[in-house]
Amino acid sequence: MWDYSEKVQEHFFSPRNAGAVDNANAIGDVGSLSCGDALRLTLKVDPDSEVILDAGFQTFGCGSAIASSSALTEIIKGMKIDDALSVSNQDIADYLDGLPPEKMHCSVMGREALQAAVANYRGEEWKDDHEEGALICKCFAIDEVMIEETVRANGLRTVEEVTNYTKAGGGCSACHEGIEEILTRILAEKGEAFDPNAVAGEIKKPKSGLTNLQRMKRIEELLGEIRPNLQRDHGDVELVEVDGKYIYVKMIGACAGCQMAATTLGGIQQHLAEGLGEFIQVLPAEELARRAAMEA
Amino acid sequence: MSGKEISEGIYLDNNATTMVAPEVVSEMLPYFTEQFGNPSSLHQFGDKVGRALKKARKQAQTLLGAQYDSEIIFTSCGTESDSTAILSALKAQPDRKEIITTVVEHPAVLTLCEHLEKEGYKVHYLKVDSRGRLDIQEYYKLLSDNVAIVSIMWANNESGTLFPVEEMAELARQAGVLFHTDAVQAVGKLPINLKETCIDMLSLSGHKLHAPKGIGVLYLRRGVRFRPLLRGGHQERGRRAGTENAASIVALGKACEMAMEAMEYEKSSVKAMRDRLEQGILEKVSHCFVTGDPNNRLPNTCNIAFEYIEGEAILLLLNKMGIAASSGSACTSGSLEPSHVMRAMDIPFTAAHGSVRLSLSRYNTMKEIERVIDAMPPIVAQLRQLSPYWSGDGPVEEPEKAFAPSYA
Repeated sequence: MWDYSEKVQEHFFSPRNAGAVDNANAIGDVGSLSCGDALRLTLKVDPDSEVILDAGFQTFGCGSAIASSSALTEIIKGMKIDDALSVSNQDIADYLDGLPPEKMHCSVMGREALQAAVANYRGEEWKDDHEEGALICKCFAIDEVMIEETVRANGLRTVEEVTNYTKAGGGCSACHEGIEEILTRILAEKGEAFDPNAVAGEIKKPKSGLTNLQRMKRIEELLGEIRPNLQRDHGDVELVEVDGKYIYVKMIGACAGCQMAATTLGGIQQHLAEGLGEFIQVLPAEELARRAAMEA
Repeated sequence: MSGKEISEGIYLDNNATTMVAPEVVSEMLPYFTEQFGNPSSLHQFGDKVGRALKKARKQAQTLLGAQYDSEIIFTSCGTESDSTAILSALKAQPDRKEIITTVVEHPAVLTLCEHLEKEGYKVHYLKVDSRGRLDIQEYYKLLSDNVAIVSIMWANNESGTLFPVEEMAELARQAGVLFHTDAVQAVGKLPINLKETCIDMLSLSGHKLHAPKGIGVLYLRRGVRFRPLLRGGHQERGRRAGTENAASIVALGKACEMAMEAMEYEKSSVKAMRDRLEQGILEKVSHCFVTGDPNNRLPNTCNIAFEYIEGEAILLLLNKMGIAASSGSACTSGSLEPSHVMRAMDIPFTAAHGSVRLSLSRYNTMKEIERVIDAMPPIVAQLRQLSPYWSGDGPVEEPEKAFAPSYA
């Protein structure tokens, strides 16, 4: 049985806004029948204020698809459509107190239904090239298509590189065989063989070009983006020192001493590296003390 | 049969696993405490356990109708038995690089075969028709000196459809090809008499017939060339090394004996309950149909596809009513596609995702069945009210056209 939160169960057993809205002027149909999840979102938008007066859903899908649809309609009712468009799939998942990694696509479907409905309201055509593959990394919910595309685009050749670029394989490591298979397949297309002993290359990204102060502020900003995730698990993170490419942080609350601390640091590192556009290393604050002692 | 209620709730998921029979539990318990010896030991502690294993082996032999008790190899589960059988055939016949199986096998066989393909083996997957039946002509043509082993399930775990494995084993024998059957769903529900067949190897799983999880059998016909999966000890005559799971082997023996006694009941009373359940649901719920081959299937299994709704949602609502079943929808397995068995039978997506398997055991009662028949219609109706394919009392006109979402 899935590990559904109370909130997911509650929205599944007693869905809000089920059924089509009468006189809807925005309709979004998204989903995939082969995957077994599809959703029609109907909205009644006030043409003058562009406020969503009413929202209704019809869903063919599993428990979390129905709950995500219900949550979406609750979130967006009363919003202006421009504000509603900024609702992310993570917002939907957060509203439901989280979804299992295999079920995150249900929240993605909700967001896309909204985009499709707004496009329909504005007389535009909504297109989505989003494709989903089999789930490879269950720790970070990374699918096959995402890994394949990243491997191709960046010419990756090791599991470590795949982890650096996509997070896949950075948790329990059970999916490393699957990642190796993808690498083997894609390298074979180029007539190359997968070498398990190859050393990962550095991520080649331009330096950020920020002043020290700007860079420091940006790091704080990026940490702020991650913070809600940590706080949800009753933990937190604090910036201690920035020394070139080394960024020292202190894990606090439930994150301190957590078995997944290394994974969490990896996730923070990934987020900072992407946000700064440079190769950095996030280290625990204890490491700073250790290095200082060594230099003394 | 004792109408023992299983804790609370109605358990109709016996193809997934079964309750351990109380008699089986009491039979195995002493082997955790006073009878803790290693059956290989010479002293009295080991000797008694050794005798108990011998008895269990006889009981398993009787249920399978094997000619010799030494044809019974105890393993840890059905999956181990399947892997042992297939890998043994490949190892013992290194010149034969082909395998014949079906598209609807259990992952225990399918995943292994897909892996073997990567290692260079050629695997032929026999297709099934809309009723889940094989084309024997297609099979016959594939048999050749290149085939190391044929592995065909006796009964399908999802639809309950039976394959003619005895006939297929005979054809394999004539062609000089080894034949294995994954019979984990069939053993205990159908009379089996292996000595009268050409089946060379058969997999059995304890927890499908009221024994505990973690115990299985590989039947290996005397004289069939064999290479063990696990080496390292003389246990099971060197064919499966590792200290015997004595308590579970004793339990499986008892479960086999009880299954033998209950065979008639399975064929008559369990089947009657299944038939009543199926007919009751089909009468009360529109737009649903039985999948598989209703005229040739396990007596305990019924698989109904409910159109325009999704299986996991059905299961969650059933679960709320205390009813346990399973589904072939993508979501229940965490995969992206509905059950490979439903797809192989070409069941449309709108129905395949709504397929629900109800599998009974001799511990179910007619009273429970009536409660399930009453519970199902409002659950289906509730979900159809949410479905974009449904409007009022029936599907919308031309459902597939009326709602054709873009891929998200």
